[in-house]
Amino acid sequence: MQLAVNIAVLAAIYALISCGYVLIYRVSRVLSLAHGELMMLGAYGLAATASLFSGHPLVAIAASIALAFLVGVAVYAALMWRMTGESVLAAVLATIALGILLRGAMVLAFGNQTQYPLQSLGWTNASIAFGGSARVSAAGLTLILLTAAVYAGLFAFLRMTRWGIRMRAAGQNPLLAAQRGIRLHGVYALAWGLATLTGGMAGMLIACDAGIESTLVTIGLKAFPAALVGGLDSLAGALVGSLVVASAEVLLIHFVDPLLSDVVPFFVLLAMLAVRPWGLFGTREELDRV
Amino acid sequence: MSEPRASGYFRTTYGRDLALLDTRAQKAWLALLCASLLALPFLAGAFVLDLANQVLLTSIGAVALMLLTGYAGQISLGHAGLLAAGAFTTGILFKEFGAPFWVTLPASAAVGAAIGFLFGLPSLRLRGLYLAVSTLALHFLVLHAGQEYETRRGFSTGVVIDSPIQDPRAWYFTLLAAAVATILFSLNLLRSKTGRSWRAIHAREAVAEALGIDVRRAKLSAFVVSCTLTSIAGCLFAYYRGFVSAEAFSLFVTIQYVATVIVGGIGSILGAVLGTLFVVLFPYGIEALMRALGLAERLASVVFAVNYAAFGLAMILFLVFEPQGLVGIWRRVQAWFLLWPFKQRPVGR
Repeated sequence: MQLAVNIAVLAAIYALISCGYVLIYRVSRVLSLAHGELMMLGAYGLAATASLFSGHPLVAIAASIALAFLVGVAVYAALMWRMTGESVLAAVLATIALGILLRGAMVLAFGNQTQYPLQSLGWTNASIAFGGSARVSAAGLTLILLTAAVYAGLFAFLRMTRWGIRMRAAGQNPLLAAQRGIRLHGVYALAWGLATLTGGMAGMLIACDAGIESTLVTIGLKAFPAALVGGLDSLAGALVGSLVVASAEVLLIHFVDPLLSDVVPFFVLLAMLAVRPWGLFGTREELDRV
Repeated sequence: MSEPRASGYFRTTYGRDLALLDTRAQKAWLALLCASLLALPFLAGAFVLDLANQVLLTSIGAVALMLLTGYAGQISLGHAGLLAAGAFTTGILFKEFGAPFWVTLPASAAVGAAIGFLFGLPSLRLRGLYLAVSTLALHFLVLHAGQEYETRRGFSTGVVIDSPIQDPRAWYFTLLAAAVATILFSLNLLRSKTGRSWRAIHAREAVAEALGIDVRRAKLSAFVVSCTLTSIAGCLFAYYRGFVSAEAFSLFVTIQYVATVIVGGIGSILGAVLGTLFVVLFPYGIEALMRALGLAERLASVVFAVNYAAFGLAMILFLVFEPQGLVGIWRRVQAWFLLWPFKQRPVGR
């Protein structure tokens, strides 16, 4: 039972992070390897607003979420728009460089001690008993609920709203979309904003659970296989992929070796790439295949 | 093979066409470079010598990555994993069997070739991003294997290796020989059938295949050659440091190697060397700058963070403003002198 709960929490973490990878890739065909760092920046944003608006936790949370969105848009406006139309390699390398830059800048700005934003918010992370023997932390439970809400929101956004349809159009055929009067830069910036927003929320909740540490970046990177297993351009795939990767990780850690934690996702990734490179739900034609 | 340098220069024999050096001026410059490289260890202090050794060591891996990424066009984000493979092969053979240098070096090369074959297999089905990601995954797997060995055998902090070479000057000449051998090997390989087929698959795979190039073979050979060279660099690294530990091969090392290719300029061996100079000397430059600004004490505990930030910034600046890299700047300067007093090449060239 505890294992099932652990899997659910880990899958929710991966799903919440990997939808950022999927959003950016689906809309602009760029893989953002700075996602882990942006996620950590979101967590630091919460820590900063929590001490700024001490006594008003809800204001602090809202401010930090808005901040995460703005950071994403800023990243696009400052750097990534120059990479539109460049080769895939250049864009990926730009995100890698951005990641390194952010990692250094965050240590300079916030120090390298572990921080606990939950304390600054004035809340405690209660442990909730769940169906007999299993326990889940309040942050973990929030994470699962939030992931469900975010995915429902994203589905509704992409299907029903004007901007969502524009995003899908830009992802399908940028040239045609641009000729039909869709502002590609606006759409791409929105995708980066949303991706950073969801990633930042994941970062905030993990930070509430375990504190802000450098391992946060590793978690961000480990969520990437989840996105790829599901198919890089499919949101539903990211959800399923997260479940697959999280189950494999939790079960192998429990039954085989705790040291495996950092490699299991990548092992799953390699297996997937060998068998079905376009992922469980990805579109096959879209894939850059030989 | 190489482009004519000066106006009015043309070749009359195939021998002249194949020669690496065209003009007398080039030979003179090379002789000067050789002389200064040979004289360096007798003039420089211990610190500069260590820097030179690091540059030479890194240049082997950088040239290897340049062959793979710059010429064959296959992205690899697993280069640190390969260095680790070579270093751990050396460490394990030394620790378990007391193997000498002449056993560990070929063994590392063999392991590198095997892993290169393994790294290369996904490239037969995948391209671009997906290939980059698969090499990234392999990086983590190799590192995990190394860590596993460390913890299982109780060397949790790393494996200590006694090097047969202790004197930094002797090291300098060993590494210089290795680096020069790598560069000469690469330059000549690139002019052969293999090298030409790499460039062809870089330019356009489908066309290369239509021209009768075995794409699978070209890709696998690129991976095998590059990985073998990198693994040998890893073996040398293990001896040079006298110490092997998984921490030394983090993702940042991979990024540094990729940066040598980007900063140096894609598709140029000279670029790989220039990129190596930049990447290795960069942290020391930052440190000197911090000292000059009087920030050294205040930032002493977070030097690595300053390095990361500055390094990321430098990479971004190169990607955005100088995609040709240092070698692009070099060529522009060269063209300026060659064409002077004109500004542009004549039409039709």
